[in-house]
Amino acid sequence: MQAAESTVDQSEIAKFEAMAAEWWDPNGKFKPLHMLNPCRLDYITKQISVDFKRDLDADKPFEGLRLLDIGCGGGLLSEPMARLGASVVGADAAERNIPVARVHAEQSGLDIDYRHTTAEALVEEAEKFDVVLNMEVVEHVADPLAYLTACQRLLKPGGLHICSTINRNPKSFAAAIVGAEYVMRWLPKGTHEWQKFITPDELFELLKKAGLDPVDRKGFVFNPITWSWKISERDTSVNYVTASVKPL
Amino acid sequence: MDNPDPMPILPNMENISDILIVGAGLNGSAMAIAAAQAGFRVTLVDSLPTATRRLPAFDGRSYALALASQRLLSAIGVWGAVRDSSQPILEIKVSDGRAGEGASPFFMHFDHAEIEEGPMGFMVEDRHLRRAFLDQIKAEDRITYIPEETVITQEVHATHFVVTLASGRDLAARMIVGSDGRQSGTAERAGIKRTGWDYGQTALVCAIEHEKPNNGIAHQFFMPAGPLAILPLTGNRSSIVWAEKTETAAKITQMSDSDFLDALRPRFGDFLGQIKLAGKRFSYPLNLTLANSFVADRLALIGDAAHGIHPIAGQGLNAGLRDVGALVEVLVEARRRGEDHGTRPVLDRYEGWRRFDSATLALATDGFNRLFSNDNALLRLGRDLGMGLINKLPRARRAFIREAAGLTGDVPKLLQGKPV
Repeated sequence: MQAAESTVDQSEIAKFEAMAAEWWDPNGKFKPLHMLNPCRLDYITKQISVDFKRDLDADKPFEGLRLLDIGCGGGLLSEPMARLGASVVGADAAERNIPVARVHAEQSGLDIDYRHTTAEALVEEAEKFDVVLNMEVVEHVADPLAYLTACQRLLKPGGLHICSTINRNPKSFAAAIVGAEYVMRWLPKGTHEWQKFITPDELFELLKKAGLDPVDRKGFVFNPITWSWKISERDTSVNYVTASVKPL
Repeated sequence: MDNPDPMPILPNMENISDILIVGAGLNGSAMAIAAAQAGFRVTLVDSLPTATRRLPAFDGRSYALALASQRLLSAIGVWGAVRDSSQPILEIKVSDGRAGEGASPFFMHFDHAEIEEGPMGFMVEDRHLRRAFLDQIKAEDRITYIPEETVITQEVHATHFVVTLASGRDLAARMIVGSDGRQSGTAERAGIKRTGWDYGQTALVCAIEHEKPNNGIAHQFFMPAGPLAILPLTGNRSSIVWAEKTETAAKITQMSDSDFLDALRPRFGDFLGQIKLAGKRFSYPLNLTLANSFVADRLALIGDAAHGIHPIAGQGLNAGLRDVGALVEVLVEARRRGEDHGTRPVLDRYEGWRRFDSATLALATDGFNRLFSNDNALLRLGRDLGMGLINKLPRARRAFIREAAGLTGDVPKLLQGKPV
């Protein structure tokens, strides 16, 4: 990895800087992720703080925790986790995201280990983590059970797995595909295939089959009046998030 | 040969503060203390020398702190130092008047006994507040206080903000807070334009000593030229805020103290007995100035820098402290999530919270002033009937009292007296 890095030329770096700026522009191409981010972070930080008994008002509350962010993109979740003190590995199957995320982390003065790799490859390397963040990925993979099993194997016993995705029903089809891709143009057309969406009950079953104990599920609900997202105890009809733990 | 560094050079991380505050007036000081107590490393730059902020003599200036503001001061540990020298506002009497005629028979009367929360507010002298804030600033380990310095340039970078002081010293911070008043240099240097207008009125401010006790009652008389407020201080003293047309005010400002008192006396009758001046006289031209944006990249405005309003209802400092409560709450929530607290998505939450409220208050005080600073017979009759009507409706009256106490709307936690 080190050798590959040094062969990157300056014009490439300029391109990555521009792409990083795009990833991190709250009103740009990734606006929906930026809008959803505070809500995702509220859920993630709360689950981690409860599970590992950390005080979120402490300085670097997640110090000593090794965390994997799968599908890290530009680092929208990796950076907050690193800022809270976690030792973060950001993995993305899209190679071009890696230098982009690296450039931004360096600008932010954060030390994050970004890698172009997959959950399966990390299992091969016998990597182990306290926390695996698996946000908005499972609806894009070909074999969800194999993928979630890999996630489980990456966890230390007692480790925490947080997984968010999109429900499968007419409302989620309207919201995620017609709304987000066609009407709002938030996401490129073809980002999602509705048949691949998973219901919360199906996801709980898959998590159990993968060897994890599901412990929580909540909805992320968009309010078009306040133009913001809220965590909902009950409404998992479109976007939802789950927490599961690897048995000791 | 070394590779050229394509990144902006980041100043030594140890020297970057989390929040740099420009202006150590009451709002800036409250912001510094509240943010430091919430765990942020704060740098506070002030153009005035410490000795000026600490001047012990009563200079005639005082503030009407709404109950919610008093709760914020309690929460940040400043209230204890000013409590004994504050005067609770137990009742508010509002009436319509014309010089020489006394108050009209129609008036509104608000008594704190009608709400369970306590007094509607407290009158506190500026000198006591200044000293209490300064003592608390000194007691906070996380505050670096730099008096007698002015910011001359500022520059925003991807991850931080750099300001250059008149002495040539550079300071870096994750974000900057402008609490530098109506003519905020922080806002101007960031290219934030302002909207506003002049009222053609000037506020004459002073404190008086009087023969009879004030009983903790605040009076507001609506005179054709502008409102006159008599606000109770401790002992037999009151604070006067007298708004006049600017030309008239200029003449009054030129008067000797005894001529000034002769002009003041007929305006509120003899219910306080003999009066004399206690402290200096001040005059402030009244204008409304609203920043077109309260935030920019890594920058937020609070207090008059964001919204200078008509002081008709004494809401200036109270609105500023609401900014402080809201901004600190937004920043603390961002830090708990691991967000970079100086980024626009975070600061936009503060603006979304405060902007509507501030604009409403600015327009309400403006409309109130336009309605009452008028000698039109029809308007006069209308507002007298309106006041008489509100006075007869307990629910409306209680709503007014809660509004005056700052207990309405989306109240930041610190102003509810709760930790952030």
